Formats: sequence, C-alpha cells, structure tokens
Amino acid sequence: MASIMFYLLSLILLTATLLCIFQRNPVHAVLYLVLGFFSLAIMFYLLGAPLVAAWEVIVYAGAIMVLFLFIIMMLGLAPQDRPEGPGWQRWLPFVILMAAVLACTLVIIALDPAATAQGEPYSLGPQDFGEALFGKYALAVQVVSFQLLFAAVGAYNLGRIQRGKGKP
Amino acid sequence: MIGVYHYMTVAAILFAMGTYGVLTRRNAIVIFMCIELMLNSVNLTFIALSRHLHSMDGQIFVFFVMTVAAAEAAVGLALMITFFRNRESIDVDQINMLKW
Repeated sequence: MASIMFYLLSLILLTATLLCIFQRNPVHAVLYLVLGFFSLAIMFYLLGAPLVAAWEVIVYAGAIMVLFLFIIMMLGLAPQDRPEGPGWQRWLPFVILMAAVLACTLVIIALDPAATAQGEPYSLGPQDFGEALFGKYALAVQVVSFQLLFAAVGAYNLGRIQRGKGKP
Repeated sequence: MIGVYHYMTVAAILFAMGTYGVLTRRNAIVIFMCIELMLNSVNLTFIALSRHLHSMDGQIFVFFVMTVAAAEAAVGLALMITFFRNRESIDVDQINMLKW
C-alpha cells in the first residue's frame, strides 16, 4: 500500500512541478507548486515526519506561496493576452491531480485513524522535537531568529518609499 | 518495498527540474519559485535520510531550511517590488544596471 502511494505521490509531484515550470501564467504556476507541496507533505508523513508535513502545508503552501500569489496579483503580472478557449479544460489537470492528493490523504486517514502504524522510534512527535530544538540546538535557534530579524529589517528597508525620490 | 534510494531519486529529479526552471525562465518570481522547489527537494532528501539513519537531526535541519526559505522569500519579494517600481517589469533580462 505504501509503495503504491509513493509512486502515485511522486507522479503527482513531478507532474505538478513540470506544469509549474512550463506555465506561462505565474498564477497558475503558483497553484501547481502548492499542489506539489501538498503531495510532498503527504510524502513526509509517509516517511514518519508528521510535524514537518504539517509545516510544509502551513508554512510553505499556506504562507510563502500565498505571499508569492499576493505579490503577483499586486504587481499585475498575469498575462493579459490569454488565449481564448473553454475555461474548464485548462483547469482539468489541476483538478485531477488535486483530487488524487485528497484521495491519498483520505486513504491514509481511513487505514489508520489514530496514526499508530508509525511506531518506529524515528516517527518524531512534537514533544521530542521541541526538546531537541530548544535543548541541543538552542544556539542554532538563536542564530536563525537573528536571521529572520535581519530579513524583516531588510525587507522593510527595501520596500519603503524614500521621501523626495521614488514614485508615490 | 520503497527504500531510501527511491525518495532520493525523486528528490534529484525535483532538484534538476528546479535548476532547469531557474536557468530557462525569465520571470523573476517564477525563478524564486523554482528556488523554493530546489529547497524542498533538499528537504525531501533530509527527511528520507533521517528515516534511513534513524536520526532526528535531518528533521531538525528541515526546520532551519524552512526558516531560511521564509527569510529569502521576504527579502526577495521586497527586491521584486523595488525593481518593479523602477522598471515596471520583473523580467530578469532587464536587470542589467550592475553589469560591467
């Protein structure tokens, strides 16, 4: 069962990535990339990393990709001269792949509702993860938090409009 | 039976696709997305090896990779906005003011 799911998920992942790379419309590319991240998250779950799978959905698909989408829509980058055609056919691959991802999730939940099959010691729960992160790797967490702070200051500095020069 | 090599093969293909996208696309935001894709293929390698070696260090490192990706996205998109304000476009062929 796990091997079938692996092949199905890798097929979805690689197809969505290919469609993302060759899309002309950046909005569609973002949607296909989000789809790929969903299947990657299920793969992480299969590998015994449920916490990382949750982050993949929350941080990558939920935060970073929505930020990309926001910037694309704010700058108005979608191509204006789109070819005319039936609307639903261009969404068909997205719908099929997304349905397959959701089916994989439902199968996982139906097979093992309490997530007990991942009984190996490397199936890391939030408690072990937090103890390791703030015990053994506390210094690295400090460094990374400084990096995030610097990135926020840099983004603010780049994004503000200087008084006197620059357009309003 | 699915082993670690299967996952690493998928990660390698994903990384190659991301590299191809970075080299061929001209829209700067799509190039950023391809960089995120490459970071995620590295994440997949980390998780697969973390399971293979029965160690949690790989999963911890994925946390740091995600932090770096978030910081990179914030700064990169701020750069995009600044560039778009000056040039009305984010085509990377037009980013040539620092060219020698």
